[in-house]
Amino acid sequence: MSTVPPLVEVHDLKKHFPVSSGMVFRRAKGSVRAVDGISFDIAPGETLGLVGESGCGKTTAGRTLLALYPPTSGSVLIDGLDVCTVKGREMMAVRRKAQMIFQDPYASLNPRWTVNAIVSEPLHVHKLVSGRRQQTDRVVELLELVGLNARHLNRFPHEFSGGQRQRIGIARALACDPLFLVCDEPISALDVSIQAQVINLLEDLQDRLGLTYLFIAHDLSMVRHLCDRVAVMYLGLMVELADRDELYENPRHPYTQSLLSAVPVPDPKKERARQRMILTGEVPSPINPPGGCRFHPRCPIAKEHCSKLVPVWREIEPDHWVACHEAL
Amino acid sequence: MTTLLEVTDLRTRFHTPEGTIFAVNGVSFSLAEGETLAVVGESGCGKSVTMMSLLGLIPIPPGEIVSGCALFHETDLLKSTEATMEHVRGREIGMIFQDPMTSLNPVLTIGQQLTEATIKHLGLSHAQATARAQELMEAVGISDPAKRLSDYPHQFSGGMRQRVMIAMALACSPSVLIADEPTTALDVTIQAQIVELVIKLREQLGMAVIWITHDLGVVAGIADRVAVMYAGFIVEEAHVDDLYEAARHPYTRALIAALPRADQRRGQARLKSIPGAPPSLYALPPGCPFAPRCEWVVDRCWAENPTLQPAATQHQVACWVDTTQEAGQ
Repeated sequence: MSTVPPLVEVHDLKKHFPVSSGMVFRRAKGSVRAVDGISFDIAPGETLGLVGESGCGKTTAGRTLLALYPPTSGSVLIDGLDVCTVKGREMMAVRRKAQMIFQDPYASLNPRWTVNAIVSEPLHVHKLVSGRRQQTDRVVELLELVGLNARHLNRFPHEFSGGQRQRIGIARALACDPLFLVCDEPISALDVSIQAQVINLLEDLQDRLGLTYLFIAHDLSMVRHLCDRVAVMYLGLMVELADRDELYENPRHPYTQSLLSAVPVPDPKKERARQRMILTGEVPSPINPPGGCRFHPRCPIAKEHCSKLVPVWREIEPDHWVACHEAL
Repeated sequence: MTTLLEVTDLRTRFHTPEGTIFAVNGVSFSLAEGETLAVVGESGCGKSVTMMSLLGLIPIPPGEIVSGCALFHETDLLKSTEATMEHVRGREIGMIFQDPMTSLNPVLTIGQQLTEATIKHLGLSHAQATARAQELMEAVGISDPAKRLSDYPHQFSGGMRQRVMIAMALACSPSVLIADEPTTALDVTIQAQIVELVIKLREQLGMAVIWITHDLGVVAGIADRVAVMYAGFIVEEAHVDDLYEAARHPYTRALIAALPRADQRRGQARLKSIPGAPPSLYALPPGCPFAPRCEWVVDRCWAENPTLQPAATQHQVACWVDTTQEAGQ
């Protein structure tokens, strides 16, 4: 992995949202530190999983990566272009290379547009086709790629099921031949029997087109199935990053350990025998996160220094990174 | 164990401008005292409508309960008066809904909502009801209950609201708790907390629980018996261990095979997916509703819909094919 330069390089990325109060004179009250300095690389053809509870900043991280939100600070290089600083034509080039699949297949497709219009929009924006004929050919090609066909061209989103809509969203994301896709909880709105279809489709597309994925999810079982490496976020920071099996079999951060122990397993005997490590309390507010290690108020192994010193992001074993004072 | 609730041949339909929706098509099951039954299925399989029908919560019209009988303490819930049902819903059968964000009244305090049932159904005074509410809040693990009773729902997080819902459902010590996807909207760590809480309360109070879910992982940890629903039918019912070790219905087998596992290395190259989508409930085919997606399908499946038949001890399945014989595929 070290020989191939990464496709995506994220360095100390921060995204803060200002919080203001007052009806007439709006005063800044502070900020929600949704993403507060995360760094990672993604190699070409790799799938990186980004997991954490709701509000941990994983969706914001995904969106900031594609400059859907302007970052507060830090840099994101996608295929050599810095998403945070480029403008105009270069920004268009970034957008061609990096696309997004959204969580909600009901809200992310315009209900008044036909499938043809939805999937061809990126083709027009990036001037990738000339003429109606070429456009239709390309859209049909894309639909066939995701398991739909030419008969679906002139239908509207409401005529499709959730799984099919997600396929339309994937076809749209693939329209401009991207290298990198951010998949933001692409299956969480789908039924179990349909989830497997969409995951298999994402894998097939990766094999055929050599795509690189950032897969944002809270379903830790699916993440283990799909991803090569997995990063865990807590309150805007990354707490652990490792290869899939290493992370699931040998989690070092107490937060990762408790997260994994909470995942239900479809095996009644194992479930009954299992000792869960149940966290007390809830995720604190990202407006005023706890000092020192952000996890210390809920951490079962916290020591005194955990509330004072911010743990460094260290490589505890080759390719296994963790931010914890106490992790061994 | 004595049977607490016995449902036979429940059929619920909805008459809409687009046609009739056949939501529940002859569902029968029983629930013993202190037992936990999980009802598993995908959206639209009729699992929630079944429970709403039992509790008289189906709006009629457009809904219609065409047939069925639901014996609970020798009363048929489906033929009871609204006054009886109000008593049953308040005192006998508690219910927790999926979405804790929308099932609480945003303009009433938690205290007002928690005392309503005990004042009405147990005839407690306001002071007694408040004391009871505090006890309930403590039982579901909400700290500083005296102070939090005067808070409004928006001041609680999702997990805490679900705890309030549980406290409310338990207010009059019901003998049955129906939990309709109680953890779907919650994070895994909070889900684990809620599951542990329900298991603990079930043991303390000796309640029977019906746990409706689409998550076969959660079911493995909480259920004694499992009923799998598809297109308004129960297609398989078994003890939880049998279901995971020796599922017989092709749908159940496919659902279990489609699950990725967090506790195992990735073995198979791909997830086993179920092709196609569930059938439209407007026009169910005459045969088995799963036939178009089934890899074991035989000619008979297209013509006749199999009924639930005993296949092994405490194991019923509705399928023409014996999937334990490896002849299929």
